[in-house]
Amino acid sequence: MRATHGGSPPDDGGLPGRGPGPDGAAPGPDVVDARGLRCPLPVIRLAAAARDRAAGTRLTVWSTDPAARLDVPAWARMRGHGVVAAAPLTPAADGAGPGESAWAITVELGGA
Amino acid sequence: MTHTTPAPRVRLDNGGRAPWHPLAREAFERALDDGWADPRRLHAEGRRAAALLDGAREAVAAALGARTEEIHFTTGHTASLHTAVAALASARSRVGRRVVVGAVERAAVLHAAEHGGLEREVVAVDAVGRVDGAAMSDAVARPGVALAALQLANGEVGTRQPVARVHDAARAAGVPLLVDAGASIGHDEVPDAWDVLAADPADWGGGPGAGILAIRSRVRRRSPFPEDADPLSPGGVLVPAAFAAAVGLQAVLADRAAQDARRRALVDRIRARVTALPDVEVVGDPVDRLPHVATFSFLYVDGEALLTDLDREGVAVGSGSACTSSSLEPSHVLAAMGVLTHGNVRVALDRSTSEADVDRFLDALPAAVARVRAALGVEGL
Repeated sequence: MRATHGGSPPDDGGLPGRGPGPDGAAPGPDVVDARGLRCPLPVIRLAAAARDRAAGTRLTVWSTDPAARLDVPAWARMRGHGVVAAAPLTPAADGAGPGESAWAITVELGGA
Repeated sequence: MTHTTPAPRVRLDNGGRAPWHPLAREAFERALDDGWADPRRLHAEGRRAAALLDGAREAVAAALGARTEEIHFTTGHTASLHTAVAALASARSRVGRRVVVGAVERAAVLHAAEHGGLEREVVAVDAVGRVDGAAMSDAVARPGVALAALQLANGEVGTRQPVARVHDAARAAGVPLLVDAGASIGHDEVPDAWDVLAADPADWGGGPGAGILAIRSRVRRRSPFPEDADPLSPGGVLVPAAFAAAVGLQAVLADRAAQDARRRALVDRIRARVTALPDVEVVGDPVDRLPHVATFSFLYVDGEALLTDLDREGVAVGSGSACTSSSLEPSHVLAAMGVLTHGNVRVALDRSTSEADVDRFLDALPAAVARVRAALGVEGL
């Protein structure tokens, strides 16, 4: 069932490749830009990016949603992945309002 | 033309606001006739109201193992907690300004502990939401602690807390311990390890409008309010609400053991059935917990969408998820435990909750979760 995809996410804006990052550079292929999305979308975008990627791949999610800082590690635990880094994304992300500073969380995919 | 009767609503969001217990409701209505007057007035009407209030205080004292003069009525549970923290801290301001609290205390306690110049020290919890009893015992023994606060059990996830152990440490250190029993009294055993105890009538079907604050006679307190005949609840309380709270408490303690066994079995059934669903975390201690609370979080599920879907199916549940229009921050309880915060469902079974109610919920839940997941396009993730 993993290969069948029941429907598209509401939009594809959170998949890798969107918009400039905090330093003006485009996010790389291993970055999921989920800034501005609310739970549970950041975790869903990260899981979509993780699908069909090899074990050992490192993926980083950028998020402004406070719940994602808690739910990405919980998702990683439930899926057998590991959190290798979690830190504020500085300087403040483009378009982020006051108090909406972004976080970057990096996971290393497990072998499941 | 025939009408089919719609199935009755299944109400499982009873924590902190249970439906009226029939005897409490009857007491409230009766007390409207005799207890409407100001109990401070010296005429017959005032004396009748005062007699009802005194009777309520005596009944609550007997139920909680306290003296009558140790029982105070307030306007509600939040007011009880705010007042207790402020009154204890004020009486011990020369000792220190620090308030030691568990990480999963009610928001009213956490906010009160950093209000008015107080300094909050938070003790962490483990993955089931239980406070580290050794760490909290150490924290209360250090100099400069005005008071400590620890709930009897957590109302969101059901986990009981090590109150007896922390009370021993607090007592040895001469620090008063506030015990928030708002999710426990009426459901779980009445505790005796406390200096100040807050109980919530709305949680046991005693109706909204009154809170109960018990303060042991030996505990120093100073009212945080201007001078009033009712120092801990200025202006007094609604007498029918206090009377209904007391009558309701007597009623729910009378059959507590039977209700404990019945609801514990229903929660066990909920936990077992939910655990079998795909990608879900059932949270809180599976055994050492309140008899009537169950909480779980579904991966890739929007909590508000799930709550709304179940509501359309006639089932009311609660949620600690942040994915609601009102709040971006998820439940501080789930956050402190390190469990999944999105897709959260919280149920608290009332005494009136039947086996058929629970089965209707369990029958509706899998399809509701599947609908919400399908809308988010998460199949195969």
